[in-house]
Parts: sequence; structure tokens; C-alpha cells
Amino acid sequence: MNNANLNWMRAGAEADFPRDGGVVVKLGNRQIAVYRFENETDTWYACDNVCPHQNEAVLGRGIIGDKKGEPVVACPMHKKVFSLKSGNCISDAGYSVNVYPVQLKDGSVFVMVHETASNAESLPAEQKVR
Amino acid sequence: MKRKVIVVGHGMVAHRFIEKLSSATDVEITVFGEEKYPAYDRVHLSSFFDTNSHEGLLLADPAAYAEKGIQLKTGVRVDSIDPAARTIVDSNGTSYPYDILVLATGSTPFVPPLPGRQKTGVFVYRTIDDVMAMRDFSKKATSAAVIGGGLLGLEAAKASLDMGLKTHVIEFAPRLMPRQIDEDGSSFLCDKIKSLGIELHLGAEVGEIHGDDSVCGVGLKSGEQLSVEMVIISAGIRPRDDLAKSCGLTVGERGGIAVDDSMRTSDPNIFAIGEAALHRGFVYGLVAPGYEMAAVAADAIVGGERQFTGYDLSTSLKLVGVDVASFGDPFGNKETKPIVFADRYSGVYKRLNLSADGRRLLGGILVGDASDYGMLTQFTSAGTVLPEDASALLLGGKSAKMPELAGTAEICKCNNVSKDTIVAAVTAGCTELGALKKQTCAGTGCGGCSPMVSEILNKTLKDLGQTVDMRLCEHFPHTRQELVHIIQIRQLKSFREVLSACGQGVGCEICKPAVASILASSWNDLILRDDVVQDTNDRFLANIQKGGTYSVIPRIPGGEITPERLIVIGQVAKKYNLYCKITGGQRIDLLGARVDQLPQIWEELIDAGFESGHAYGKALRTVKSCVGSTWCRFGVQDSTSFAIRIEERYKGIRAPHKLKSAVSGCIRECAEAQSKDFGLIATEKGWNLYVCGNGGARPQHAVLLASDISEDLAIKYLDRFIVYYIRTAERLTRTSVWFNSLEGGIDHLRSVIIDDSLGICAELEQQMELLVKNYKCEWNEVVSSPALRARFRPFVNTDETDETIRFEYERGQKKPAEPVGAGV
Repeated sequence: MNNANLNWMRAGAEADFPRDGGVVVKLGNRQIAVYRFENETDTWYACDNVCPHQNEAVLGRGIIGDKKGEPVVACPMHKKVFSLKSGNCISDAGYSVNVYPVQLKDGSVFVMVHETASNAESLPAEQKVR
Repeated sequence: MKRKVIVVGHGMVAHRFIEKLSSATDVEITVFGEEKYPAYDRVHLSSFFDTNSHEGLLLADPAAYAEKGIQLKTGVRVDSIDPAARTIVDSNGTSYPYDILVLATGSTPFVPPLPGRQKTGVFVYRTIDDVMAMRDFSKKATSAAVIGGGLLGLEAAKASLDMGLKTHVIEFAPRLMPRQIDEDGSSFLCDKIKSLGIELHLGAEVGEIHGDDSVCGVGLKSGEQLSVEMVIISAGIRPRDDLAKSCGLTVGERGGIAVDDSMRTSDPNIFAIGEAALHRGFVYGLVAPGYEMAAVAADAIVGGERQFTGYDLSTSLKLVGVDVASFGDPFGNKETKPIVFADRYSGVYKRLNLSADGRRLLGGILVGDASDYGMLTQFTSAGTVLPEDASALLLGGKSAKMPELAGTAEICKCNNVSKDTIVAAVTAGCTELGALKKQTCAGTGCGGCSPMVSEILNKTLKDLGQTVDMRLCEHFPHTRQELVHIIQIRQLKSFREVLSACGQGVGCEICKPAVASILASSWNDLILRDDVVQDTNDRFLANIQKGGTYSVIPRIPGGEITPERLIVIGQVAKKYNLYCKITGGQRIDLLGARVDQLPQIWEELIDAGFESGHAYGKALRTVKSCVGSTWCRFGVQDSTSFAIRIEERYKGIRAPHKLKSAVSGCIRECAEAQSKDFGLIATEKGWNLYVCGNGGARPQHAVLLASDISEDLAIKYLDRFIVYYIRTAERLTRTSVWFNSLEGGIDHLRSVIIDDSLGICAELEQQMELLVKNYKCEWNEVVSSPALRARFRPFVNTDETDETIRFEYERGQKKPAEPVGAGV
């Protein structure tokens, strides 16, 4: 993971991100949804903003929560539920999104974005912070 | 040494056979399936289009097979059998020895020798690969013809409709499903099918499929030409017996591998089951008899004496969304006395054939409503003696008192599950429907008995003194009503407080909006205080639409609007390039706004005196009205003024689901008040108050709560009614559904609302006063708060707008462009 630091991109100030909710950041040409689970552990997750079901850029506006402990986001359009650890849709196995590691440093939020989406699949899905 | 059992074919029946045999300890099972998928649910193939995925159809879990030591070879065909050497050779050329061979080769679709049948665009409807190929092809097509109007043909027609195609069904017989239903039943089915836009050609024969390489049409022998780009053939099935034939097994003249009552073929080491088997001259094309054959064969292999002696062809299906069932002796004879119920209005046809003495049910046909199928087939198979007024009992639906089922009654015919088995499983602690089905196998075949399984579950739980699981979700072990009490008594004000008081985990998309709604109904605080627990519509105070844009509906109370305000709406729509449409609730919808535009749009609307219309909330939407006695020469009361009064009073109040209302100025009912959650109709003396009506998917007329009452009394009753509904309904339950589940129905409601039988009316009125007093226009709050406005940004790290939102134009206005690469 050491040389991966090169790919950490700043997504904004910590204060811009709502507690227990999601927002969207634009990194390069990509729209990435960033979620903060403050309630229990203060863990951050990030995934593609585009829901693969109908290719709509809305996942950042979905409600987050857990399904038997697995952190998830539910798409606001048709309630497809995606694991934020694996990116897999747990309500409809045919779909998945890319997930990205998130890191906090000096009050700023960083997301690790890779050059191609196919790289993303081989990266560790979760990055605990603090 | 273990006996080697080889199963040829891995369809539904083979899967069932393996399940049955896998508990035997002295066998080693190898199964060959020529498709690349393990066994899947072919009966519900058309549900592929509901999810656009085959995952939900899969029956067999390769991991579970491996665990039991079963060798599963998918994508491998068996090419030959040597019965003397007891070996088979697969499509890879490998030879395998067997002790017992089971042929579950199924059937192939029968393709009549039509000229043009080999053209591109001609499909059969049998496998997942078939439907995938159809789906891919359908993207370039606009219409399809289905050849065959039987069970499979209608399933294929549903698939065709689901693919968005203009659909024709061509049937040679003069009616649909000639093997299952009579002429009248067919005519009801035809009505329903036509109403879906399917074009039926009965008594029609196909002459030729036209086209060069690809299909461009179908010519009927009558001379009629249908212009279609796709043809789906489902003209029946043929048993796959070629493998059996080539190794010398006895096969029937018209196909099918001959078997005895133990499912043994002419070679005692070889069995045949399912659609490939010919039993006493009969090939069964249904899954239930196939499952019985599987059980018989498995039993024979372990030395049992179970026999297959023919099978009742009762079946209950949903075809193209229409219930169709046929059971026992569906057509009757000279001796039987039919009771026929035919309701053209609702499209329900029932025919029940009674014995000559009228005391036994011999069979029947149900079209349009097969909810009583499970019960009726019980009467037939158990030979239950019917009560005197059999017709009321059989046709009166759920309101009639059904005799209790015997414990031995077979609930699930596909899997031979008795009522006793289900009750025993529930009593032993299996109290969740999904788990119960998995454990007992009931309801996992055709699914027709699922409502009965669920009913037995609930009844048994009730008998055991347990409550039926109505928990909100995994985070809250409470019903919605319990949560209302907890929140109000403990004065909880945020989702987080509620979660720490009585929940667990972090919540989810079910409990967060449900709790948010209860909080809003309890305190009527600004819902954006807790914006991340709201559904997107309530989080952004607008309705999300295709492509992720939002629509804006300003409140227009009672549908009354001045020219000045109309002009403002027009100006705003023009400035922000919004698509305009008049809604069904006498309002104006402005669509296609980006999230970042919403505060600016609302600022301009609020400056002109508009308020939020709460079209995005589970809240009062609109109170529709006619022009009433002010303008109308028939009007007896001022419906417009009363509608405005009602809308102003209840606007913004959050409820378990949306609330719609209307006020009509006379008995002509132009405002359609009887289709609303609450509605008023003027009389000479005052108003008639109706409640719990609904349009939508399941239309229901409202019921009369009180007659000839004054405006003030109507408001008092409405205050009580609305709060009572808010307190007691489950989440996302409209008043009509809530009403249907109220024990005591309208009498109960009248006694609570009018006679105050529960002594809660003062409390209900106080709660409404609090809600009315705390009302604030949410959009006004947002527009005047820079912090709230800042939440309406597409990205937190840049002021760029979302470039994925694109529009096309149609009839002079914009519409969402199809997303790039959408549709899978």
C-alpha cells in the first residue's frame, strides 16, 4: 500500500461531509459517493456515484445503513442495496459498483482513485481510519 | 461399495430427484446437465424480465451439491448409452460406468414445419439462454408474434410484453388454454389479455414466416398479414427420447420413454422421470407430476414401494398477470351440476362442478381470481362434505366462513406437504415464512399454495399465543404503532435518539424514513434537521425522476389559481427550462430541475406567494375540487372554499403514506371524492364524509363515515380520523389498506371517531392542533437559510454541475435522454 499513496486524492474538508449520510465528490472525471458512518465507529466508505441498474448518478443520495452488520447504501431510485465493503448488490446479485478506500488526514478527506475501473477490483475494499 | 447413480439432465425434476436420493448413504451420484446453468426454475422463466437476471431462478446450489459429494457436470451432454456394459459416454468423449441410470432429459419445444422457421428472429421459449437471446434481439424489434396460446405461449407473451414489444398471440384452437379451461373461462382470459394490449388471433393458422434473412412478418392462412420482427414458437413440447431410443429402450409411438409405476424403463437399471417419461400412455408437461415421479424413482432405488399411478392435473398460475386455475374435473359432465359466477366488470370467472347431490366439489375453473384455489382443491381431493349453502361458501370469497382444513390435507401439491407438516414446523419454532418454506418445501414448486402457507403460519402462531412478526426491520424489534408510542411518550426528537432508545445497529433504508415520518407526525419539526435519514425526496424536498433530476410542484390549494400566479409559474418554467405538465390533482408539475437549481427556483416561487406542495412527502398532497355552488348551476355547497380550508389545515402533515382528498359540490361528484383517502360530497343539508378510498393499483371506493354534517363537524372528524390513521397504520400503508385490516371495519371506525368509544378523541384533536400550529413551509425555511441551501450541491468539492444529466426534446419540451450504456 505504500506507493499507493500517490493515488490518494483530496475530496474536501471533513466538515463538508454529513454525519451518517452520503455526498458526491468529483475527482477528475469521476463522480464518487462518499459516506460517513459516524454513529457507531466513525468509518468512511466510498463507491461509484452511478448506480449500475439504470446508469443514474444518484447513489450519493441514497440512505446508508447496515444489513446484518454489513455497511450498505440503498439506491434512491429502485432501492438496490449495495455493500460498501465489497461493492456487490445484495438485493440483486447481477450488479456491483467499484468501492474506494477513504482516509482522513489533518481535517481533509482523501479517496484512493485508480486509473482504470478494472484496477479497482483488486484493491482492498475497506480502509479503516483512525 | 457404493452404487453409482448417473442422472442425465439437470432440470427441475432432476434436481428434485437428487434432493430426494441424496440422503441415501449407499449411492454416489453424478449428474450431467447440458446447459451451462445448474437446475433452475423453468416454470417462472418470464420472471427473468422482472429483475433482468437469472440469479433468482436458480434452484440448485453447486456448493451444496459438492458438500453432499454429488458430482455436478454442467455444460456437458450425454451422447450415448451402452445398457449392456452399463456405461455412458459424454460430449467430451469420456466414458462413465453406472449401476443405475436416470433419464431426466425433459422435452424440446415442438417447432412445426413452417416455411421461414429458420430465419433470424425466430425463437423458442424454453431455457435461460432462449430468453437472454430474445432479450438481446428485442432491443432492435418493436413487435412479436407468439405462435401457440397455451400455457407456455401465454408465458412467452408476458415475456414479450415485458420486453416492451407489441405482442400478437396466434392460437389454432378457437380458445385459449383449451386443455385447462372452458369457452367462457377462455373468453374472460381473452378480455384481460386484450386489455393489456396483446392482440389475439384465435382459430388462426400460420401459413408462413416472411422475411429475407430476418423475420419481417407472419402470414396467416386466412390471408391476414402481421407485421412483426420477432416470432416466438411455443406450440407444445416433445419428450426428448432420442438417447433412450438409440440404446434400444422402449419408447412410445408419439414419443416418450415408456415407464412402469416405479418409473423403470424397459431396462430395469434405467429409470426415466419428468417430461421425457411416458406413463400409461401419458406424457406430463407439468412440474408437479414430475416431482412425484422423482420421489417415486428415488424411493424405488432405495428399495421402497412407492408407486406413480397417474396425476391430477390441477394447476394454478398467473398468466400475463391474470390468475388462471383449473382443478379436478374442470369441464364436468352430464351428472355434475355447475355453479357459475361470471363478473364481466371485474373480470372474474369461476366454475365449480358439484356432484349431483350438491354436497361434493368435483373440480372447477377460476379465471381472474384464484385466491381460493388452495381451499377449493382441498375440498375436491379430500372429498369434503360441503355445507348446505355451497354456492355462498364457494363464491363468496373470504367473507364466507370456510370449514377448517383437516391436518392431513395436502397443502403443497408439488411437494406433497400436508397441513400437519407445516403446523408442526411452526410449532417447533420455524416462524418466518421464508424459512418455513425452505424447511418444509411447501410453496417452493409452482408457488400457488404460498398464500395458504402464510395463512397457516399466521393462524398457527395465533393459536400458539404468539404474535405475528410485524417488526419494522432488523434494527427495531417493534411495530410502527409501538414506535409511535415510544417516541411520543419518551419525547424522542431524532433518529439517533430513537435508535439508542430502542434499536440496534445503524439503521437502514426501511427504518430511517419510517422513524423520520413518525417524528414528523409527532412534532412537525423541520424534516431537514435530520436530512440524512430521509428518503431522497424528503431530503431534497422534491420528487426524484428518471436520470436523477427533480420535479417541483407548488401548492395550489383546491386547484384555484390567479392569472398572476399562473404567469409566474410559466416564467419560472421558462427561465429554468422545465418540462410542464398538469397533474391529476389540479396542480402544475415542473420537471427536469437539477438539484442545485431547486433553491433558486423555490426562491422565485416563494417571492410570488407560493408554498411547498409536499408532492415529495408522505403527506397530504392535494384537495381536488369542482367549482361548486359559486359557478355551477347544479352545485349545492361551495366546494372550492371548503377544499381550500381543508388543504390549508392539513398541508405538510406527515403520515404513514401519502394522503389525497377531494371535495365535490353536489351528488354528481365531479371531484371524485370517493376515490380519495378522505373526501366530501355536498348535500342539501351539509356534507357527506367519505374515508379510505383509493385509486392507484387497487382501486377501492371510499366508505361513508358520516352524513349531512356541518363543515366544522367534518373538520373535527377529519382531525380525529387522520391522527388515528397516523398512529395505527403500518409504514407505507394507504388508508384503504389500513381500513381493510381494521377489525370491525367501518363500524369500528365510526365508534372510535364519532362515538369516542376508546376515549381518545380529545387526545387526537390535541395532536392535530399541535401539528397545525407547528406548520412551516419547508422550502421557505431552506430558501432563507444559507446553511440549508448549501446542501443542494451536486458535488461537495466543486461548483460544477452534473454533466451526466442530459435531455432530448419532444413536442417542444425537454425529456430525460436515455442514459449512456443503460439497459444492461
